[in-house]
Amino acid sequence: MSVARKTKVTNNIRALRFANGEMTQAQLADRIDVTRQTVIAIEQGRYSPSLEMAFQIARVFGVALEEVFGYDEPD
Amino acid sequence: MTNEEPLLPYGERYAWGYMTTAIAVPVVYVIVMLGRLRGVPADQVDFQVPLFIAVGASIVLNMFLAPPPRKGRDRRDERDKAISAAAERAGFGALGIGFLLPFGLVLAEVDYVWIAGAIYLVYCASAVATSIATIVGYRRGL
Repeated sequence: MSVARKTKVTNNIRALRFANGEMTQAQLADRIDVTRQTVIAIEQGRYSPSLEMAFQIARVFGVALEEVFGYDEPD
Repeated sequence: MTNEEPLLPYGERYAWGYMTTAIAVPVVYVIVMLGRLRGVPADQVDFQVPLFIAVGASIVLNMFLAPPPRKGRDRRDERDKAISAAAERAGFGALGIGFLLPFGLVLAEVDYVWIAGAIYLVYCASAVATSIATIVGYRRGL
């Protein structure tokens, strides 16, 4: 049973990592200067990164911000 | 090197160590003080020395259980800082509410030993609240 609180920000980081030479979470963390646990938390939707970090992640993959992150509209 | 990064983030490891100290030391203090209070009037009990020892023991124990971050290994990023800030707010809230207890004891004009003990325990409870909020922040997310 998961007790993790999900954010409304969705992301494709996992897919993008694999599409970019199977980049590891540790490698991505190094590129954006955060801990691996933070990358894991973002991927699992337990943490919404700042706008600055979001841009850094998109820049690592060479894509637009919208291709990395989405936002679940409230019902 | 990030590949050698520990499984638990530094902030969570620190919180576990800090909480252990914040629970273990006051438990010993309470046991010692209850022993001293047995059969002795509260206004004649020496509580200053045990209190100083408890505070000192907390500092020393924290040096081992909650050491400062290691250079190059214990990286802190914006998530760590956000969790820390949220946890500090929780701890401060616990402190604010908890201080009603010693405040009430002062108004009731009880012996100093109870007031000092209550202040000390409220500080410890605040540390525990901060630690729990930190761990929850890491486990559940913000």
